[in-house]
Amino acid sequence: MSNTRPYDEMRAADGTIRPHYRAHTEWLDGKPADFLPQKQREANALYTRLGITFAVYGDESGTERSIPFDIIPRIIRPSAWKMISDGACQRVRALNAFLKDIYRDQEILKAGLIPAEQVLNNPAYRPEMRGIHVAGDVYIHIAGVDIVKTGAGEFYVLEDNLRTPSGVSYMLENRKMMMRLFPDLFGRIPVAPVDHYTDVLLENLRAVAPEHVSQPTVVVMTPGSYNSAYFEHAFLAQQMGVELVEGQDLFVANNYVYMRTTSGPQRVDVIYRRIDDDYLDPLAFRADSTLGVPGIFAAYRAGNVTLANAIGTGVADDKSTYLYVPQMIDFYLGEKPIISNVPTYRLGNADDLAYTLAHLAELVVKEVQGSGGYGMLVGPTSTKEQIAEFRKRIELNPANYIAQPTLALSTCPTFRDSDIVPRHVDLRPYVLSGRDVTLVPGGLTRVALNEGSLVVNSSQGGGTKDTWVLEDLQC
Amino acid sequence: MLSRHANNLYWMSRQIERAENTARLLDVTYQMSLLPYRITDAAQSWAEPWALPLVINGLASTYYERNPGPVASDKVLRFMVLDSTNPSSIYSLMHSARENGRSMRGVMTTEMYEDLNSMWLELRGRSENALNNGGINEFFEWVKTQSHQFRGVTFGTMLRDEAYQFIRLGTFMERADNTARLLDVKYHTLLPSAAEVGGAVDYYQWSALLRSVSALSSYRRIYRDVITPRRVAELLVLRDDLPRSLHACMNEIYEILRDLCKRESMEPERLAGELHAQLHYGRVEQIMEIGLHEHLMEFLEKLHTLNDELNHHFLAPVYEPATTAVRGQSQTA
Repeated sequence: MSNTRPYDEMRAADGTIRPHYRAHTEWLDGKPADFLPQKQREANALYTRLGITFAVYGDESGTERSIPFDIIPRIIRPSAWKMISDGACQRVRALNAFLKDIYRDQEILKAGLIPAEQVLNNPAYRPEMRGIHVAGDVYIHIAGVDIVKTGAGEFYVLEDNLRTPSGVSYMLENRKMMMRLFPDLFGRIPVAPVDHYTDVLLENLRAVAPEHVSQPTVVVMTPGSYNSAYFEHAFLAQQMGVELVEGQDLFVANNYVYMRTTSGPQRVDVIYRRIDDDYLDPLAFRADSTLGVPGIFAAYRAGNVTLANAIGTGVADDKSTYLYVPQMIDFYLGEKPIISNVPTYRLGNADDLAYTLAHLAELVVKEVQGSGGYGMLVGPTSTKEQIAEFRKRIELNPANYIAQPTLALSTCPTFRDSDIVPRHVDLRPYVLSGRDVTLVPGGLTRVALNEGSLVVNSSQGGGTKDTWVLEDLQC
Repeated sequence: MLSRHANNLYWMSRQIERAENTARLLDVTYQMSLLPYRITDAAQSWAEPWALPLVINGLASTYYERNPGPVASDKVLRFMVLDSTNPSSIYSLMHSARENGRSMRGVMTTEMYEDLNSMWLELRGRSENALNNGGINEFFEWVKTQSHQFRGVTFGTMLRDEAYQFIRLGTFMERADNTARLLDVKYHTLLPSAAEVGGAVDYYQWSALLRSVSALSSYRRIYRDVITPRRVAELLVLRDDLPRSLHACMNEIYEILRDLCKRESMEPERLAGELHAQLHYGRVEQIMEIGLHEHLMEFLEKLHTLNDELNHHFLAPVYEPATTAVRGQSQTA
């Protein structure tokens, strides 16, 4: 897989433009040479002026940076989108059923499909959630499913993000930016709109209010303006027209949650919280948390407030749980996975361990509990010394690691300096659950701006692109 | 709206107004210091022109701790303008205003935030050297212009909602406080001995005070006569057509609080009404009889009580969990 030429989403192997990119290419061919550089400068200036930024931690002067934005859209044809959309929704349905099950009857553990200790001893499992009824049985109100493409009709899920997935404000702002920069293009190409994301989100949040509430008050909860995703928290609250609260704005009385307003205490029914489980309630979780609200867990347990996402979803997006998602889809839904997992070796298993140690230079090895690229070996880009070093760590505690083949991520046309060049991309669509499980046609495409790089993280040279799902009319 | 949000907006506008007032005061002090006259009595060193901004802002002891010896103009300026460790310096005030505003950008218009943000970015770019090498007047003008501009952008673009009311409230609470302090310090500490009343020095001091609140030409248009303490007091306390007078500020504050408290009668509205009535129906003869200083002290005390009540009712309410009386359960967001 690693040595073949990566699949390019615009150009076929023979160099011809694929049908769904033709309208864009023809449009661009008619433009003067300085058109794209000028538009790119315009986009950069707009992002800085509008202050669409993320804060940089530990910088006293309050530095805020913009994530690089690429002005060439990623275009997805309707058939491919249907697969992504169906696959992501299927996955979230199964994961939600899994969460309900492990916090209630634990049928999947009794059936022996997943080792019980694997779930119950997981640090992200919350025994406090056992037996609690959450409104509408919805645990995962907002999910970000990271998907990569490796060939025609060939998709893999890299990771599920079920705690507080971020980045959706970039999906929305990137589209606004493209419509501002290239209004004429939207007349030529039928791009499915994404702007209604926040309407769907608000609708869903209202639908999962505690049962006795007819006119629920919804709020967005942020750790504060120094959080790196604060811009997104403020953006979502503003778009939904709801208050953006911090822990200090809320208090609990008689097991109900209230916010302090200029016209007295006002009851809060649904909290879209962008703060981790650990910090939610110093009485129930981390006692040193100053970001949370004392007593909020008791109000939650009493069914008087809805938290989105639910507490304890982290156990389902863990790398060790990831392995079992295909079994969950079968067990809860009686279906076959529409999008596959990346083939994964469990190093606790002797055969898998032997294979992995023999092929370290080709594989990606990850710590089961690690995240954000820490505790990870990327075989093809590592030195012999680094591989030898990592081998020792694996041998000390093999069960703590998984291994996967290095995927040849697809590439998309990307504007760099003065040229359009192929760069590797991934995709994070946002799945929303309330009355139903849906997603808006689009997502956040992250692009590795450096040539040959497979790392799309914004901290390591990653940027974003607008993602265009074509309407079903053509192609 | 959320109390914390109201509080952030209230303080954002107080801080901008305070930065403007500080610039005005320092500007006038600078011009007074250029006059040949000096009060040289060592025991009265706090009455030096350069001690004035320190006394008015209650910063004299902090300043003396850090800068023993006679008051020096360059040190006072550095302390009051660019010293980031002094929370009342123009630098700190503008920084706090911007931080308060940054967390509230969802409530403000884009123009307001852009204006506030560029104000801060430009201030950061101004070096101390530019300040010392004669650019001081230009700097004070810049601060005033920033404040005017932000007020104008707010007035011209913002939805007339609760958030707008709290921004306006902050402006006028701060301005009333500042005008009262300024007038008191001048009247109380700088009043020269009887022999000097009506002399050149006296004239310059009073006219400088009027200039600091942009009231000198208004004074001339109204009175067409020499400057007397009594008329200055009348102008800055009782006349409601001078925008920085106590009466004019209380007109605004009372209006805003009548609007904010319209659901139920509350202590802030009552207190503001009482303060407003005293100014509305007051006479300068009465004030001079009681003594301007006493009158101003009473005003400031009531203004501070009003500020406490604003905290209690709107900006930082404290609810006892067990005894919370719960109101308003419908969505108002």
